Amino acid sequence: MIPVHFLLEVSAVLFCAGIYGVLTRRNVIGILISIELILNAANLNLVLFDRYWGSTDGLGQIFALFIVAIAAAGSVVGLVLVIAIYRNGKSIFTDKFNLLKW
Amino acid sequence: MFPILSWLVFLPLGGALVVFLLPKKEVGLMRGVALVSSLAVLILSLRLCLGFAQGKTEMQFVEVSPWIPQMNVMYFLGVDGLSVSLVFLTALLGFLACAASGCILHRQKEYFILYQLLMTGMMGTFVALDFFLFYIFWELVLIPMYFLIGIWGGPRREYAAMKFFLYTLAGSVLMLVAIITVYFSATPHSFNMLELRNVTSTLDFPLQIFLFLAFFAAFAIKVPIFPFHTWLPDAHVEAPTPISVILAGVLLKLGAYGFFRIGFPLFPAAAHYFSFALAILGLLNVLYGACVAMAQTDFKKMIAYSSVSHMGFVLLGLAAMNATGFNGALLEMFNHGIITGAMFLLVGMLYDRAHTRDLNQFGGLSGPMPVYAFYLTFCSLASLGLPGLNGFVGEFLSLAGSFASYRILTAISALGLIITAGYFLYMLQRVLFGPIATNPRQYSDLQATEILTLTPLTIIMIVVGFFPIVILQFQETAVQGLLKWLF
Amino acid sequence: MVNVAHLIPLFPFLAFWVNILLGKTLHRASAWISIIASLISMVLSISTAQGFLAGAGSYPLGTWLTFFGQPIAFGVIVDPLTVMMLLVVTVVATLIMIYSVGYMGGDPHFSRYFAYMSLFTASMLGLVLADNLLMLYIFWEGVGLCSYLLIAFWFERPAAARAGLKAFLTTRIGDTGLLLGIFLLFAATGSLSFTDLSKANGPEWMLMAAALLIFSGAVGKSAQFPLHVWLPDAMEGPTAVSALIHAATMVAAGVYLVARCFVLFAAHPVCLEVVAVMGGISALMAASIASVNNDIKKVLAYSTISQLGLMMLGLGVGGYSAGTFHLMTHAFFKALLFLCAGSIIHGVHTQDIRLMGGLFYRMKTTGITFVIGTLAIAGVPPLSGFWSKDEILAQAFGPHPVLFITALLTSFLTAFYMARLMLLVLFGKSRSELQTHESPVTMRFPLVVLSFFALFAGLLGSPWMHHAFQKFLAFQVPYPSEEAPSKFVMGLSIGVSLLGIGLAYSIYILHRRFLPEGIRAQFGWLYRLLMNKYYIDEIYEAVFVQPFLRLCRLSFRFDMAAIDGVVNGIANLVRRAGGILRRLQSGFVQNYLLIQTIGVLIVIMTLLGKLCFQF
Repeated sequence: MIPVHFLLEVSAVLFCAGIYGVLTRRNVIGILISIELILNAANLNLVLFDRYWGSTDGLGQIFALFIVAIAAAGSVVGLVLVIAIYRNGKSIFTDKFNLLKW
Repeated sequence: MFPILSWLVFLPLGGALVVFLLPKKEVGLMRGVALVSSLAVLILSLRLCLGFAQGKTEMQFVEVSPWIPQMNVMYFLGVDGLSVSLVFLTALLGFLACAASGCILHRQKEYFILYQLLMTGMMGTFVALDFFLFYIFWELVLIPMYFLIGIWGGPRREYAAMKFFLYTLAGSVLMLVAIITVYFSATPHSFNMLELRNVTSTLDFPLQIFLFLAFFAAFAIKVPIFPFHTWLPDAHVEAPTPISVILAGVLLKLGAYGFFRIGFPLFPAAAHYFSFALAILGLLNVLYGACVAMAQTDFKKMIAYSSVSHMGFVLLGLAAMNATGFNGALLEMFNHGIITGAMFLLVGMLYDRAHTRDLNQFGGLSGPMPVYAFYLTFCSLASLGLPGLNGFVGEFLSLAGSFASYRILTAISALGLIITAGYFLYMLQRVLFGPIATNPRQYSDLQATEILTLTPLTIIMIVVGFFPIVILQFQETAVQGLLKWLF
Repeated sequence: MVNVAHLIPLFPFLAFWVNILLGKTLHRASAWISIIASLISMVLSISTAQGFLAGAGSYPLGTWLTFFGQPIAFGVIVDPLTVMMLLVVTVVATLIMIYSVGYMGGDPHFSRYFAYMSLFTASMLGLVLADNLLMLYIFWEGVGLCSYLLIAFWFERPAAARAGLKAFLTTRIGDTGLLLGIFLLFAATGSLSFTDLSKANGPEWMLMAAALLIFSGAVGKSAQFPLHVWLPDAMEGPTAVSALIHAATMVAAGVYLVARCFVLFAAHPVCLEVVAVMGGISALMAASIASVNNDIKKVLAYSTISQLGLMMLGLGVGGYSAGTFHLMTHAFFKALLFLCAGSIIHGVHTQDIRLMGGLFYRMKTTGITFVIGTLAIAGVPPLSGFWSKDEILAQAFGPHPVLFITALLTSFLTAFYMARLMLLVLFGKSRSELQTHESPVTMRFPLVVLSFFALFAGLLGSPWMHHAFQKFLAFQVPYPSEEAPSKFVMGLSIGVSLLGIGLAYSIYILHRRFLPEGIRAQFGWLYRLLMNKYYIDEIYEAVFVQPFLRLCRLSFRFDMAAIDGVVNGIANLVRRAGGILRRLQSGFVQNYLLIQTIGVLIVIMTLLGKLCFQF
């Protein structure tokens, strides 16, 4: 069996990669992908600890499934916004948008 | 019992709801609804005046029921001699200004909703007897006013509206602090404006002073007292005609009313302590306002500064701390509402024709507009305190009252009478007399509806001028009661 | 006996409203409404006079308002002074209104004119009927308003509008003094009623100050130095207005006020002194200006100031009935003179007396009545002016030598300038190509009636009728008895009058070629001084008006810069602080996230640190 900490490390790497992406990408789609990475890191942890504590009801795995579904919905909304923004400003780079800034 | 005060306060709100439900295109209908609701308010207020028992000191038409029992907040309305004439004034000007709202040419729906909201706020402030309720109404006045100036105003409307709003809010916030302090000073905690005076008058003197000053900030800005007056000319000049009427006719009275209802009875010691300072401020208001008005070339600004000057007489009467002065101040408040309301209507009528308010561009309008000339002369004379018209009685009583307390100071402020005559007659000379300046065909004389809006005000000017007792009888007893409490 | 006195002002007041509201439809008829209204007032005044002689007196009307817990009752005073004023006002007003039918004939604002005239009549009658100072003040301002409206009647003329403004403001200065005087009197005595004045007791200085302040009102209204500047300018109004308001009635209201409050003044010799001195200064100053002026109406205006000054002087030296008597006779002959001047202006369309001359032969009625008026004011016996002026002189003779000489000098100058005016206008040769015609009968009729009064009204107070007028005035009034004119004073008075007339005759008729020019050349500086009215207008302009206007502009700039500057400054301060703080809000989501992440990391670190520390 793979030691737990291996998987935790993978998850941490994923999380950090996600954070790094969110903070540094200028492209909105890149940010969205990075957010998916963060969510996947969390999912991995959920599944991992579900197995680790040996629960019988598999709540952790169900939770992960929920997150996957909701993240999909969230990405849809996000992508819709991206398209709307692109239509308005012909760009999806975050630093091009300062409408709410005064 | 018929809850007449609740009807007075919330009828305009109902009108606003009806207007809200109407489709945007139905401008005529909206005007109709607003007119009917304000006419109903006017009739109700007349009914109120007729049903008012004059010999009584205590509150009448009282409506009281618990509202937020956890905080001891009551829904508490009532009128006495101090407020009844102001309620009538509000109703009358509210109706006339509504009738004069034909000059609003866009976004009428929002206008009439906000206008009636404003009516509710003003009416509520005059009849609320619970601090919580009072403060809500007090602030409720601000918001519609902000939009009414900011949307339908002149070229600098955003600046004026913002200035008005922030300036007044700054004062109200201090008042809120004071209200909360007063609330906690009573056991059990209470917002009752009438009963709190038994508590507040026994507070430590420094605390009384502080609370009085906090209230003073709110009221002084509303009155406005020099040097807190600079929002007034801006707001007046930018506001559309009916809103200027309301602003000068009713809003300024809120501040002075506050002194009568809250500042003086709640903090008698502070009132005595500050009365001389108030008198000096009154003197400054009278003279400074008159001098600045003299220097104006903008018609509306001139009237705005004349308001500053006239409210100085109210302050003098207030500072006199005697019956004659109080009566004079209250009467002057009423009179100033009537006269300045009419003056702003007149300015608006001229502006509708000439599209300018520059006094130097008029001249000789007596020729093409004799009826207008009659009304303008009439109202100017009332404003400069010609005996036989209402302005005189208020000024006379205020000055007489303050003369009994402060001889020299009153003698100096009497100079204001001369300057007032100066700038009003100078205005008449520039507008009505002399050779006709520009195209006389532009200046058609007043139409029937315009005459109809002015006539009630002029009739009141004559009636009150000849028989001031008509108004004085309402306030006499209340003034006596207040004085008995103060001494 | 029914009391009708309070109804007297009512009818002209109603006529005012009828004319102002229905003016357009009435047009010509409005004149007759006003005339009938004042005729009714005249009849009522006569019946009031009869009632008074039969023993009726003052009566209250009702309470107007409460003043320091004391009800101010308005009522009607009926005493000799009021009766006399009522008769004078109603008679003169009616006659002048009849005159105006012709004089204002072609004016487009005919009915407005009569409305104002009626309002004036009503206010003036109310003024003389008022039984307390507050009520008097109300009507006092009312006549001032009418004066303003009528001076600025021809509103198209900028000069008329300016003159109206000046008249109102100048009198208002005095009126404010009067108002303060009323306050002070009330503070001292607790009453404003005229009947209580005699029992007035209070702090000495307060009563004295009150009297002086009340006098300041009289100074403004009666155009006395230093508030006289408005009256000559007021001649911009229609001449009939000048006759009624600025000669016969309103300007006399100041004298009436002093007479009405005479007990108050008499109780303080200093106050009387002030009244007399101010009157004397005004009398002499105005008379000297009138001697050189070339505008027919201005000469009469300065003459009015001078005569009013004489009345004040008369009152000031203790001559209650002397001053009042002169007030009555002056009302008649000065109204007559103004109406004659109006008739002449109506005929020749100029006011410059240098362009007139020889009009006597072409305007017979006007000419004859003008001569009568001139002789009356110049003090030629037995015309009315002689008797009343004599009373004043007699009163001043003896205890007040300086004032006596002032009055005598004024009499001399009066005779001189009036003779000059008459001679230049009516006699000699015509000096220009003026077309003239005699005025219509509505204008001539009042002239004849007034000249009748100018001829004979004085006899009422003459020794021939045993000073009936003075006795009537003193009826029920506890004033000190006055000196009857001695033969010496009478002779002196006749002498200076004839001397004045003779001098004018010799200068302007006998030696017309060289004398006027010669004198002018000889006394150039004096002539310039007088022609420029002692530069008083210019001094006021430079000392009061312009600095005040500068102060106004300055305070406006102060308002904008300093007070509003502070307000806007605070607003800007807040805005600038916000401007600095808002840099934190860069608007980039990633910046916020970075800060957020760092924050979370710090939290985790501290938690971990705590955990490590625990174990």
